[in-house]
Amino acid sequence: MNTLSKKTWRTGVALLLLSSLCVLESQPAQAEYGDVVINNQSDAAGMRPAIFPHWFHRIRFRCKVCHADLGFKFKAGGNQISMLKIIDGEFCGACHNGEVAWSVENCDVCHSGKPGTPTQVHGNTVQKLIGGGADKPAEKKQ
Amino acid sequence: MRQRNRFVTGAAALLLWMALGGMPGESMGEDQPAAVNTFNRLMKPKSERNLPPPQDGIHDPANPGTGLLQPPKEAFANMEPLSAGNYVNWVESLKKKRITPRYDRLDPNAEAVVFDLDIVREVKGSMPDVVYPHDRHTQWLDCSNCHPDIFVPEKGKNQISMAQILMGQKCGVCHGKVAFPVSECRLCHSKKKGAAPAAAAAPASQEDAAKAAPKRAK
Ligand code: HEC
Ligand code: HEC
Ligand code: HEC
Repeated sequence: MNTLSKKTWRTGVALLLLSSLCVLESQPAQAEYGDVVINNQSDAAGMRPAIFPHWFHRIRFRCKVCHADLGFKFKAGGNQISMLKIIDGEFCGACHNGEVAWSVENCDVCHSGKPGTPTQVHGNTVQKLIGGGADKPAEKKQ
Repeated sequence: MRQRNRFVTGAAALLLWMALGGMPGESMGEDQPAAVNTFNRLMKPKSERNLPPPQDGIHDPANPGTGLLQPPKEAFANMEPLSAGNYVNWVESLKKKRITPRYDRLDPNAEAVVFDLDIVREVKGSMPDVVYPHDRHTQWLDCSNCHPDIFVPEKGKNQISMAQILMGQKCGVCHGKVAFPVSECRLCHSKKKGAAPAAAAAPASQEDAAKAAPKRAK
């Protein structure tokens, strides 16, 4: 990193910290820190966005199970999850198969988001600093 | 007629309630403190933390499945508290066995492969130096989760700044998203400047440092 960009970074931090003080906790939505909304395709498919309660799952499994063994990337909406893959036992389907956890027929337990909610990790720092859905669903489409 | 009276009473009660500030921002009563001047304007009251799914703003209350979901407060009742994030100290909760997350998808008895090595990073300025504890991370994660994509496994090869962390890089890939956010400065900046090296690499929380590396732990 050269000096100029370092300085820019530093100014950036100062500004960000300041602005974070202003928006801190002023978000209208109060969902659990760490709830992941996955809405790459749901809206377009006429389903409510899927909401993955991250905190609920880490009570039951260590990170390694999902992020190493099952291959979930550390990126909200970054895994190209589809229903076909789930039914074939990938991603959520590695557990939501009627054996480790309840099966896919419970559509509305996963598809429980308000329509139009963007893909995001709810309440994350970047979102608080920059505001709104830092991860817009449109940016995630490939 | 009686019905009408009841209606009038009801309407009057409603008006009174609104005048008393029942609807924030709408109370204009001269003797009432303006609702805009609440004591804590930005800090969220405790009662509004970890709201149940139907009220949390992202779940659709009209969706039948939403009512089946567990309210986070119920799940967190017995956990070690923290003052930020989801208000749970996950490391302490795991240590005290308040939770027993599986290390394997199917085998509830598989034990974590824990690697115990503290990395001390000296920082400029007034903040205490940073101690990165491998043990608390490998309780949860696999080496491949961080190495080599997020951190090159070589001392001195990783440039890390608070700006990067705030923007979701380096430590910020998890901290500020699913792990405690940067407001908990002291958990990382935990080593007094100039303190004797090696042995004094004080762990971030209330943990004893005297441990042998790598070991198995529950
Ligand atoms: C275990 C959780 C889970 C269950 C149960 C579930 N889904 Fe999904 N579903 C997801 C996730 C995650 C996605 C990806 C969301 C996105 O990218 O917008 C998804 C995507 C979808 C999509 C859009 C993408 C595609 O593959 O077509 C449809 C339509 C869909 N689900 C329908 C259903 C229906 C119908 C049911 C019930 C039979 C169901 N889902 C049950 C998690 C689930
Ligand atoms: C039961 C599976 C599961 C467990 C256990 C789990 N995660 Fe996740 N994690 C996910 C899923 C699913 C997502 C969302 C991925 C997506 O949207 O495609 C996610 C997303 C993330 C993200 C991305 C956040 C972002 O900004 O996009 C991070 C970081 C993360 N997890 C870290 C962790 C850590 C650290 C642990 C352990 C403390 C952990 N996860 C445990 C399934 C899990
Ligand atoms: C490693 C296994 C695993 C994976 C992967 C997994 N789940 Fe789960 N999930 C579980 C278990 C176990 C439960 C608890 C089941 C029960 O209560 O019977 C659960 C419960 C849930 C619940 C209900 C939480 C509640 O309040 O009861 C939702 C919603 C959910 N999962 C969504 C998802 C979605 C969406 C994905 C994929 C992005 C996913 N899960 C991936 C294991 C997993």
